Amino acid sequence: MSRLYGPRGWTILGAAAFVAFVLFPLLNLVVPAGHPLHLSNFWVTLGGKILCYAIVAVALDLVWGYAGILSLGHGLFFALGGYAMGMYLMRQIGREGQYQSDLPDFMVFLDWKEFPWQWWMTDHFWWTALLVVLVPGVLAFVFGFFAFRSRVKGVYFSIITQALTFAAMLLFFRNNTGFGGNNGFTDFKRIVGFAITTPQTRMALFAITAFTLLATVLSARWVVTSKFGRVLAAIRDAEQRVMFCGYDPVHYKVAVFTASAVLCGIAGALYVPQVGIINPSEMSPANSIEIAIWVAVGGRGTLVGPLLGAGLVNGAKSFFTQAFPEYWLYFLGLIFVLVTLFLPRGVLGLMSRK
Amino acid sequence: MFSGGRRAAAAIVAAALFIASGAARALDRDAVEKLAFGEGDERIAAIAALVAEGDAKAVELLKAFAAGDVQTSGKRVFIVRGEKAVDPFTGVESALPAERDDVVANNRLRAAIGDALAVLNLLSPEKSARLAAAKALAGVNDAAMYPLIEKALAKESDAEIRALLEMTAAGMQLNADSPDARLAAIRLLGRSSNPNSKTLLLGLASDADPDIRREARMSLEAVEKRLAWGEWLGLAFAGVSLGSILLLAALGLAITYGLMGVINMAHGELIMIGAYSAYVVQNLFRAWGIFDWYLVAAVPASFIAAGLVGMALERSVIRWLYGRPLETLLATWGLSLILIQAVRTVFGAQNVQVENPAFMSGGIQVLSNVVLPWSRIYIVLFAVAVLAAMWLLLAKTRLGLFIRGVTQNRAMASCVGVPTGRVDAWAFGLGSGIAGLAGCALSQLGNVGPDLGQGYIVDSFLVVVFGGVGQLAGTVYAALVLGFANKLLESWSGAVLAKIAVLVFIIIFIQRRPQGLFALRGRVAD
Repeated sequence: MSRLYGPRGWTILGAAAFVAFVLFPLLNLVVPAGHPLHLSNFWVTLGGKILCYAIVAVALDLVWGYAGILSLGHGLFFALGGYAMGMYLMRQIGREGQYQSDLPDFMVFLDWKEFPWQWWMTDHFWWTALLVVLVPGVLAFVFGFFAFRSRVKGVYFSIITQALTFAAMLLFFRNNTGFGGNNGFTDFKRIVGFAITTPQTRMALFAITAFTLLATVLSARWVVTSKFGRVLAAIRDAEQRVMFCGYDPVHYKVAVFTASAVLCGIAGALYVPQVGIINPSEMSPANSIEIAIWVAVGGRGTLVGPLLGAGLVNGAKSFFTQAFPEYWLYFLGLIFVLVTLFLPRGVLGLMSRK
Repeated sequence: MFSGGRRAAAAIVAAALFIASGAARALDRDAVEKLAFGEGDERIAAIAALVAEGDAKAVELLKAFAAGDVQTSGKRVFIVRGEKAVDPFTGVESALPAERDDVVANNRLRAAIGDALAVLNLLSPEKSARLAAAKALAGVNDAAMYPLIEKALAKESDAEIRALLEMTAAGMQLNADSPDARLAAIRLLGRSSNPNSKTLLLGLASDADPDIRREARMSLEAVEKRLAWGEWLGLAFAGVSLGSILLLAALGLAITYGLMGVINMAHGELIMIGAYSAYVVQNLFRAWGIFDWYLVAAVPASFIAAGLVGMALERSVIRWLYGRPLETLLATWGLSLILIQAVRTVFGAQNVQVENPAFMSGGIQVLSNVVLPWSRIYIVLFAVAVLAAMWLLLAKTRLGLFIRGVTQNRAMASCVGVPTGRVDAWAFGLGSGIAGLAGCALSQLGNVGPDLGQGYIVDSFLVVVFGGVGQLAGTVYAALVLGFANKLLESWSGAVLAKIAVLVFIIIFIQRRPQGLFALRGRVAD
């Protein structure tokens, strides 16, 4: 315990858990609507969304901040987890779709008679949960193993992960791939039998997301303070010296890359039921680069930084896209430029400098 | 009803007119009536009969018929011209009868009339009109038209028109009565390279007559072979064309990334700025009324606009980040977002239209199934010219020498007095300007919009990395190889799957050979 956080750290974590698990449900479900302290469903959904993003940010920070690998493919892992969950949610719609068929509407529309092979067993929740972990995990393992073994690193690695994401996006845009093409999945009705739009279900999803984030942060903290974490940091700072000391960086990199991809998959799976839609634009290269800026804004190489960054940037995004939609890209672009030029250690670096 | 007296009077007038105009024959009254009152095949036969006469009056009647101006009143047929009824036989004008019916033409009839008019045009003294008619008739195989085509052939002296007509005539003769005529027609079709002939011959490959069957199969084989050649030629050209576009998009990056090591994610947006410069120049030239010349100014304008923006980016942001590629990547991505939004603010989020000047529209027909568009041909030539200019600049000028020097050893270049900072700015401006040229070329092929550049950024990085960083020759080969590979795969798996396959291929390739196709030799440790 004391290896992970000091008394102050545990207090802050406890406070965060209190807010997420006690305060939020109380204000949202118990305090009646119209009361000034009532928390509307909008905020619960927005909060849940940002918590999902925070999980992704922590995951990217593990590979970028600690191991020095900038992956531009984390949006892909996120979307793959989301699609796995989306398939289950589509099966849960049952016969309540537009065409009252066992098949999802888009398959009826394409005149398909049965589920394609990718959909095998997706009506079982446990299999879906397995897919959420396995699909991004296996892809990251295979891709990472070959890339790191041939010592692809730095910008090269960024560019080929971006190409991978781009290729996957094109693939998912096709109707024949079997994932709804352009429109992806939407119009979900139920999750494990509960109606998906009720405040109680939303609150439960929010709480599960908050719990996952807490667990992610704690285990990430455990990893980076372990010997494994030290070796990772050493690889980031001087890979050749680590090799000459007798460590094989490939195993370390593959392990952390795979773990990070799995975390993204889980975050994606939690994200889809809350926002109610998943489509191929989640895989666009732009999204993956945005994840990197969350981490950079907060301060990479720390675990609090990504949380802060994901919150700040996405909070600003929600604000801008409602208040001044045409200025959002200017603002986001400026953040990219200013943070890289003046805040190499992010907002956290700014705080510790004083 | 016609009264006897009127009929006689009309005949006299008509005869008088014929003598006056020197026309040889009267319009066949029977055919006209069949056309107006008949059914289905009867009417088609009537059209053929009218065509066979080749009379000026028949042309007039058919034209009016096509325009829907032929009406009937009782048994009388007339052409409506304004408020008058014109008799098709005599040309005499009279008042419109009160009760009259439209002659209704269905689609089949309309098509037949169109063909008929084309056939009549074959006899026109104008060569261009005859050529257009011969082209319009290609693929028509209505045997009723054959006599007229034969007549036209007998008079025709132009080789191109003759060739076209012979093919059409052969198509019409395929189902003739005499086996000899059919065999001759099949042999003639075997010499064509038209997809139509293939369809016609396929129909005969299972004919009852064994001679015809054998001959048809042989001709079919010959046609298919020629068509396959055409397809390969088209594919090769598409590959070269795509390769030249990839090359243009990647050449600028070969300088900024390949030589200088700057990861410029705003490269696509520099392309977009070049395209918008072409758009602005086009509008100016259109306003001045010399639209066809706008490319003369658009090419330098897009080079300068994108080059200036590039130099501004380099001086303000990128130069602080040399040696930190990952940070450069993020900062330039931010710059690209700002540029996209700026263009949206100025020009609107909608795509804008850049039109080809006259000399770039259309194409040359190499084979009957291969048309090479002029715009793509010019872009291939343009890419070659840009490549040559860039090579000259890097190899033969003082600036090129400096750029190479700074690339190879910055510290040493600085020691011997090369102003490295300024050289960086110029080199970056050069790379950006070439991206602008790519934009100018792309504006000739498709829509120009704020997101134009986003589609090219992944591609152009992959071309540079695939070719080998720091290598201009590698970039050229990589662009051509990827262009060909993409088009080749596209021909049997569709565009999207081909694109995915190429991306996956490059990803695997880079993992096997991170230094790219052509590696710089040297003993670099990391």
